Amino acid sequence: MTGPADLVFYVLAALTVGSAILVAILPNIVYSAVALLFSFAGVAGLYVFLSADFLAATQVLIYVGGILILILFAVFLSNRISDVKLSNPARFHGQAAFLCLGLFGVLSYTAVSTAWPVKPGIVYQPSTAEIGELLMTRYLLPFEVASVLLLAALIGAALLSRPDGGKGKAVDMEEPK
Amino acid sequence: MIRYAHLIPLLPLAAFFINIAVGRRLPRKGDWVSLGAIALGLAISIGIFYEVFRAYDPNFKYHVVFPWLDLGGRFVVQGGILIDNITAVMLLVVTGVSTFVHLYSIGYMHGDPRYSRFFAYLSIFSFSMLGLVLSDSFFFMYIFWELVGLSSYLLIGFWFEKKSASDAGKKAFIVNRVGDFGFLLGFLLLFATTGALGFDEVFQAIREGRIEGTLLTLAGIGIFCGAIGKSAQFPLHVWLPDAMEGPTPVSALIHAATMVAAGVYLVGRVYPIFTPDAFLFIAYVGLITLFITATIALTARDIKKVLAYSTCSQLGFMILGLGVGGYTAGLAHLMTHAAFKACLFLGSGSVIHAVHSQDIFEMGGLWKKMKITAATFIIATMAIAGIPGFSGFYSKDMILAAALEFGMRNPQHMILFAVTLLTAGMTAFYMSRLVILTFFGKPRDPHKFDHAHESPANMWVPLVVLAVLSLGFWYKVPFAEKGWFEVLVPKPASAVSVAAPVHPAPAAHAESSSEAARETEEAGHPAPSHAAEHDEHLVHRAHSIAMYSSVGVAGTGILLALVVYLFGWINPERVASALRPLHTFLVNKWYFDELYEATAVNGTKALSRALGWFDLHVVDGLVNLCAQLGVWVSFLVGKFDDAVVDGAVNGVATATIESGSFFRRFQTGKLYHYVYVLAGGVLIIFLLKVF
Amino acid sequence: MGLDKLLVISAALFCCGLYTILTRRNAVAVLMGVELILNSANINFVAFSHYVSRLIGGQIFAVFVIVLAAAEAAVALAIFLRLYATTGSVEVDMADHLQG
Repeated sequence: MTGPADLVFYVLAALTVGSAILVAILPNIVYSAVALLFSFAGVAGLYVFLSADFLAATQVLIYVGGILILILFAVFLSNRISDVKLSNPARFHGQAAFLCLGLFGVLSYTAVSTAWPVKPGIVYQPSTAEIGELLMTRYLLPFEVASVLLLAALIGAALLSRPDGGKGKAVDMEEPK
Repeated sequence: MIRYAHLIPLLPLAAFFINIAVGRRLPRKGDWVSLGAIALGLAISIGIFYEVFRAYDPNFKYHVVFPWLDLGGRFVVQGGILIDNITAVMLLVVTGVSTFVHLYSIGYMHGDPRYSRFFAYLSIFSFSMLGLVLSDSFFFMYIFWELVGLSSYLLIGFWFEKKSASDAGKKAFIVNRVGDFGFLLGFLLLFATTGALGFDEVFQAIREGRIEGTLLTLAGIGIFCGAIGKSAQFPLHVWLPDAMEGPTPVSALIHAATMVAAGVYLVGRVYPIFTPDAFLFIAYVGLITLFITATIALTARDIKKVLAYSTCSQLGFMILGLGVGGYTAGLAHLMTHAAFKACLFLGSGSVIHAVHSQDIFEMGGLWKKMKITAATFIIATMAIAGIPGFSGFYSKDMILAAALEFGMRNPQHMILFAVTLLTAGMTAFYMSRLVILTFFGKPRDPHKFDHAHESPANMWVPLVVLAVLSLGFWYKVPFAEKGWFEVLVPKPASAVSVAAPVHPAPAAHAESSSEAARETEEAGHPAPSHAAEHDEHLVHRAHSIAMYSSVGVAGTGILLALVVYLFGWINPERVASALRPLHTFLVNKWYFDELYEATAVNGTKALSRALGWFDLHVVDGLVNLCAQLGVWVSFLVGKFDDAVVDGAVNGVATATIESGSFFRRFQTGKLYHYVYVLAGGVLIIFLLKVF
Repeated sequence: MGLDKLLVISAALFCCGLYTILTRRNAVAVLMGVELILNSANINFVAFSHYVSRLIGGQIFAVFVIVLAAAEAAVALAIFLRLYATTGSVEVDMADHLQG
């Protein structure tokens, strides 16, 4: 597709990557979290371009609405307010940058130079019904296992969040010291 | 009977073994075993002598050989028995004197705790001496020579609990060894040059000229050294007086008759090998000996010492006689001396037994108490002094005549006669002195005198027999031309190729008794023909002069002794003090013992000390050095072990620790480091795959 | 659009996420990086599912990834809070107890 679709695509791409870059380099962790939000949003937009509407919605709901909020909670709960701004001192940035750029170069080169067997005829259709159906039939096991996993994670997180770190009797939750 | 000659030495040998092994358990402790063996030997010897005498042949020789050591044909040592006239006489002498000594010892050694062993030793001595007399080769004579030395050591040191006795035994053996060393060198020299050991073979070899000149002289002198040792000649005479420590029968046997005679017998046996130079050497050794020992005998106090020195002196006479060419004279004196010296020794034993002392100045007047002993003693003294009618006169006169002849032919050696004559006089003097002081005059020790008594029969019977044998008629019928001895024992022709004109003609010398009957003697043999007439005159004159002068000096000597000791006209004490230095010198035996002590004995001790030092410090030092080297090497190895080996081991450990420490730093524990490495690795792999 | 571009975008996201993990000191920031990486993987899945395989499996897989990311984030954040409660900070430098 050309025209405005491309433009939108490029904007979304720039938003995603740019935000990701900001996440990486911004010293203030809150700013990083916000940048992450924009990155997630951009990714959701990209999903739309890939005819994954359900996935885009899920992305926004869970990533932005859930995980990001959690991250923000953690950020605020685990740093003294005065420390928030000073949470990211520099440390072998050069080497890491070099590595990452190198890796990026290699990956993109691979991506570009490989002749992917792209099937012609792009069709855009809603995927929700199909995903739902597959989840109940073919991918039932992963679905159930995922739910067990979620349960475990829930219990674990709840346990870990106790004031005594999971040991001893259950006590009323209270503010951590 | 001569076929049984081999039994003569073997019987005493058997007696030795029996007495040594079981002697103590036999009845009478086995003395009859030894006595029987030697008496049987005597009987056989008498038989042999009878046969020889009947044959009356100057050239009689009986020689049997048997192979003794056979090393597969390449080296064969023959043993053999050689009997000629002189051997027959010697057999008689040795067995005879030995038998008497055995008999005498039964009484003398009665009650001694080692009685049976004494007789065993007497037997082994007899065996050795008889073997020596019968041997036909240098090799066997040497073996028996050494055996005689050993037996004499055993006998002299018989009372070894007394230190002086055991010392005397050692002295005898060691001094003999010195002489025997010369003997060994001499006969090995002969063996090396001629390849022969037997007497006849060696003589033949010398005649063929296989050894001659200086080498032969040296060989002869070497062999004579054995005689110097055994017959107690200067300078090895020092053992004989000390040997008096042995029991008196031993002194009689060994020193009167047999062992010391072995040297003289040896010289006689190997007479043909001596060169004129060797003979001169022999004669002078004999001369020096007879003079020195006679002077010492002049001042001796111990009865046995006087007799010992007298023996040395008489042996000197014999050696001198042999040296100047009086072969028959020397050997005749050997024979007569055996009889009268044995008699003198046994007589002295009898006196000692009676008086319990050996010092003549504690005796005196014993004539009254021991008539038999005294009478036999006096007869033997007359014989040794050379009084006509006794055996000693006969033989001593022959020696003097030979010496005078030699001196006349070689005027530069006239001293050989002069000193000998003087010493003959001295002999008469000191023997008379001995007799007078012992048997006559007033008893000097009344206590001892009271206890004195005549000895038992088994002691005086041998004395009487020997005294009878000291009379002259046994050897030469009075007024006869020659005695049987002179006929049967002629001087053998020298094997040395150089003619020896200076020696008296090897015919028997005519003898006569004290009356003036003179016979012309015959030079009945191939002498240098052109000088025969001249020679005869010379010999004749020598005999007369010698005879008269010998009688003269003998008489003078006896008279002087009587004057000094019996009549007391000259006081010996005053003479002694006037000549104090000389007297002291003589009393101390010319200081020979002290000289030898200072030089030979101390020299040997110093050498031993030096060698001991060497052994301790150098040899042990080397050993210790090796040990020390071992210690050092092991120290170094240990250090190496510590440094290198342990170093390597420790090094491995250290390397491990170091590398561990190094690599541990990779485990930072920081996750981002791990992620970093992980990503880096992935990148690298990507790069490799892509490019 | 086009698969290449999407793959490049995904690679970029991945690298940014990696950079974040490597350089940031705060544990929560590290978690953010992890999320970025997961997202890049998701984009990959969906892109390939759209362009190459025309099956919807990629999207389902991406759904599951999202689910797991959520669970993991929850637990991780619980751990971080615990860590903050006991030690007073959530710096990754503190977690070096495995240091050799």
